[in-house]
Amino acid sequence: MGELLELFLTFAKVGVLTFGGGYAMLPILEREICTNKHWVDSNELMDYYAIGQCTPGVIAVNLATFVGKKRKGIPGGIVATLGVVFPSLLIITFIAALISNFAELVWVEKAFTGIRICVCVLIFNSVVKLYKGAVKDLPAFIIFCVVAICSVFLSISPVIYVIIAGALGILIQNFKSAGDDKAKEVNR
Amino acid sequence: MIFLRLFFEFFKTGLFSVGGGLATVPFLQNMAVKTGWFTYSDLADMIAVAESTPGPLGVNMATYVGYTTGSTFHGSIGGVIGAVIATLGLVTPSIIVIMIIAYFLSKFKDNKYVNNAFYGLRAASVGLIAAAGINIVLIAFFSANSIYDMLGDVHFNPLHFLLAAIIFVASRYIPKIKDLHPVVFIVFSAVVGILFM
Repeated sequence: MGELLELFLTFAKVGVLTFGGGYAMLPILEREICTNKHWVDSNELMDYYAIGQCTPGVIAVNLATFVGKKRKGIPGGIVATLGVVFPSLLIITFIAALISNFAELVWVEKAFTGIRICVCVLIFNSVVKLYKGAVKDLPAFIIFCVVAICSVFLSISPVIYVIIAGALGILIQNFKSAGDDKAKEVNR
Repeated sequence: MIFLRLFFEFFKTGLFSVGGGLATVPFLQNMAVKTGWFTYSDLADMIAVAESTPGPLGVNMATYVGYTTGSTFHGSIGGVIGAVIATLGLVTPSIIVIMIIAYFLSKFKDNKYVNNAFYGLRAASVGLIAAAGINIVLIAFFSANSIYDMLGDVHFNPLHFLLAAIIFVASRYIPKIKDLHPVVFIVFSAVVGILFM
């Protein structure tokens, strides 16, 4: 019960502190889940992001389900998910019920201008950190560059990139281990 | 029964929208046409509200649509029920699909091929996040919706760069401050935005 409650509260905190969707959530998630709680490491987080992007549904929810499931099985997955959506339910219902022109309020607009700028820098910091864990050799570097550049310039579904990168991962690693075997044979 | 339909419609949205919050927009457009619950201009308002509140975008959209639709039919209590039902509808497919994947993942986590696939996936995942970061930079600094908007007239506010520089230095290099929770920087930026932007 203790850890379920902790899952709910932690993900509710992540939900409240996320401004602008799954990617903006990354710096907060990394701090809460990896650094503070050590529930998953940064490579696992990247695995979940990769899967979360090519499976149905909102990325934030997919991540919450993954982490919750890993910690506490099916109840954990459900509780973490409910946690991440709970703040939205409260805040949005409140706004929808009481404030008809929320998004047009000048100070809200100004606050979000500032927040967006901050989120850029925070995402950059997270990307630097995650890059160190995920990109360790030349083939991985090439995959990283091609995916980043293509997705800035082309509007192709992330699903395509993820599937191709997964297939390339298998091919490259097989090729590498074949190379290693050969080197061993030569040494013999 | 409006609540059952809300659940079903958002279940469908959750099941078929792949790749994050804005991926739900085309489904909501379709929902607007099909059900008449809200118009395109309502939808634009909903997107604006969802983007200017904390929380994942797709979830915010579901809650907002659920509330407004429920309250049209059954008053504000109906609104609250609608908000809950629509949100649960949206997340149910995720929960089911991810549970199944997580099951297989833990079963095959020592499988060579799965691990090799993840070697490529992780690099791609960081690449996608980097690209999303660049897109947010374009919006935040230049009000450009894509890289191609940068080809035209580009307006920017030097103050935005100043704020970014301050956050950058503070969050990476200044001892003690750089270890603060990210939300400290977010709140600071919101205040700067309200006061100076």
